[in-house]
Amino acid sequence: MNDHIIEIKDISFIYPSKDIDSDDYKALDNININIKRGEFVAILGHNGSGKSTLSKLMNGILLPTEGDILVNGMNTKSEEEIWDIRQTAGMVFQNPDNQLVATIVEEDIAFGPENQGIEPSEIRRRVDEALNIVDMYPYRKSAPHALSGGQKQRIAIAGILAMDPDCIILDEPTAMLDPSGRKEVMNTVKRLNLKEKKTIVHITHYMDEVVEADRIIILEKGRIIAEGKPKEIFSQVEKVRKIGLDVPQVTELAYELNKSGIDIDTKVLNIEELVNSL
Amino acid sequence: MLKNITIGQYFPGDSSIHKLDPRIKIISVILYIAALFFMDKFIYYIPAIILLTSTILVAKLPFKYIIKGLKPIFILIIITFLINTFMTPGEIAFEIGPITATKEGLRQASFMAIRLILLVLCTTVLTLTTSPILLTDGIEKLLNPFKRIGLPAHELAMMMTIALRFIPTLLEETDKIMKAQMARGADFESGNIIKRAKNLIPLLVPLFISAFRRADELAMAMEARCYRGGENRTRMRELELKRFDIVFLIIVLIYLILIILFRYFIN
Repeated sequence: MNDHIIEIKDISFIYPSKDIDSDDYKALDNININIKRGEFVAILGHNGSGKSTLSKLMNGILLPTEGDILVNGMNTKSEEEIWDIRQTAGMVFQNPDNQLVATIVEEDIAFGPENQGIEPSEIRRRVDEALNIVDMYPYRKSAPHALSGGQKQRIAIAGILAMDPDCIILDEPTAMLDPSGRKEVMNTVKRLNLKEKKTIVHITHYMDEVVEADRIIILEKGRIIAEGKPKEIFSQVEKVRKIGLDVPQVTELAYELNKSGIDIDTKVLNIEELVNSL
Repeated sequence: MLKNITIGQYFPGDSSIHKLDPRIKIISVILYIAALFFMDKFIYYIPAIILLTSTILVAKLPFKYIIKGLKPIFILIIITFLINTFMTPGEIAFEIGPITATKEGLRQASFMAIRLILLVLCTTVLTLTTSPILLTDGIEKLLNPFKRIGLPAHELAMMMTIALRFIPTLLEETDKIMKAQMARGADFESGNIIKRAKNLIPLLVPLFISAFRRADELAMAMEARCYRGGENRTRMRELELKRFDIVFLIIVLIYLILIILFRYFIN
């Protein structure tokens, strides 16, 4: 079996312009990314950097203008395989309100497997399992609108988990949440990667969420401008700042200390590491 | 202001009426209504009222809730009553100025009023004892046979589910927009009816735009979760007929048959 779950090969994506005078908008330009099984990849970028477009390309909601995307060896352009692709690479969206379908939590989680035509008893088992993984079992009979943002987003993740995907793509899942909701969701995502061995593609613009990723890819104006381990990326404080992104506070402190003449490793990502190197 | 609107007036409980299969409940209500239209004498209302009251008692529904169900049609009942009283020709009972009430009119009016009340009450009992999801499930299953003639049973049920899911979300949003517009000086409470309707524009426009955006995102999320219509779709919770369901249906059927028999053959 191929050890890359998602292969993005030389893709470009153009949004055709609606009026004749203006040019077509090139959202993505010649992108190449390979994502390994079990990897936790974070994609960072500004508004309009093309990161959301990229996520929608990965499970066939949009199709690349040029190039190919292979999910588990299946091309997203093939119409027969599109449902298998969507089952392999589940997608969680930004707005928790607009992705829950049913009026009761457990019914909503069952929505995906129901669409796949799975046996009722097996759906029941998967729903309970998914609820336990995201730690929402006590809320199985609640109505979605009665839950907090973080809880809704965890239900959305459970809904994807119940489809038993190998890879979960999260398109800014924390953008509309308060800090505690963000924490809840990020803990769930980390657990999915470590315990459930799911491949995670996490798209965000919060720096502190990507510190624990295996790899960071920074997009800017449709191109990859940096790629590497979190430490490698954030040690280039000047470069990251130049594109208008923040570095984690601790790294910034280390960088400033270094700049004012204190000999300290700038490749630190959390307080513990900073304390150690001090 | 928007907090006290309740949609789907489900009264949770675990009586045997609550546990009845939703398909059986819907069919029973239809049969009960059919029976109401076969009645042409007051005496027939006795078994009708007994049947309905015993159902309400078994379901342990509070009387207050049942009466609440009648509120929206109260004016309708009064109007039908008055029209029937004064418009039916026959022996004069009393006169108010130029209009006359007849004995036949009074009889007809009370007859119709009782029929209307029973009609509404039996549907109220249905919605009070059945959760919206089960009701939707029941409707979908009952409409399934009509799929062959092109009735989109699954799509209808899906629409109902999504509507029920989004009513609270949109109400919340309406509340938010209202407050936002009020903070900008919008006035939703004074003026005559036309002025008030006009004032609603700054509320409705953003609400509609947001509803369309939500619909777009929801459609995408549903597709990402492999939704492709009702075909080959399974359900987590299958509806299953139990013995009590059959017994209940038989009781209602016997009731309907007896009413028809009495109406056409006994007298």
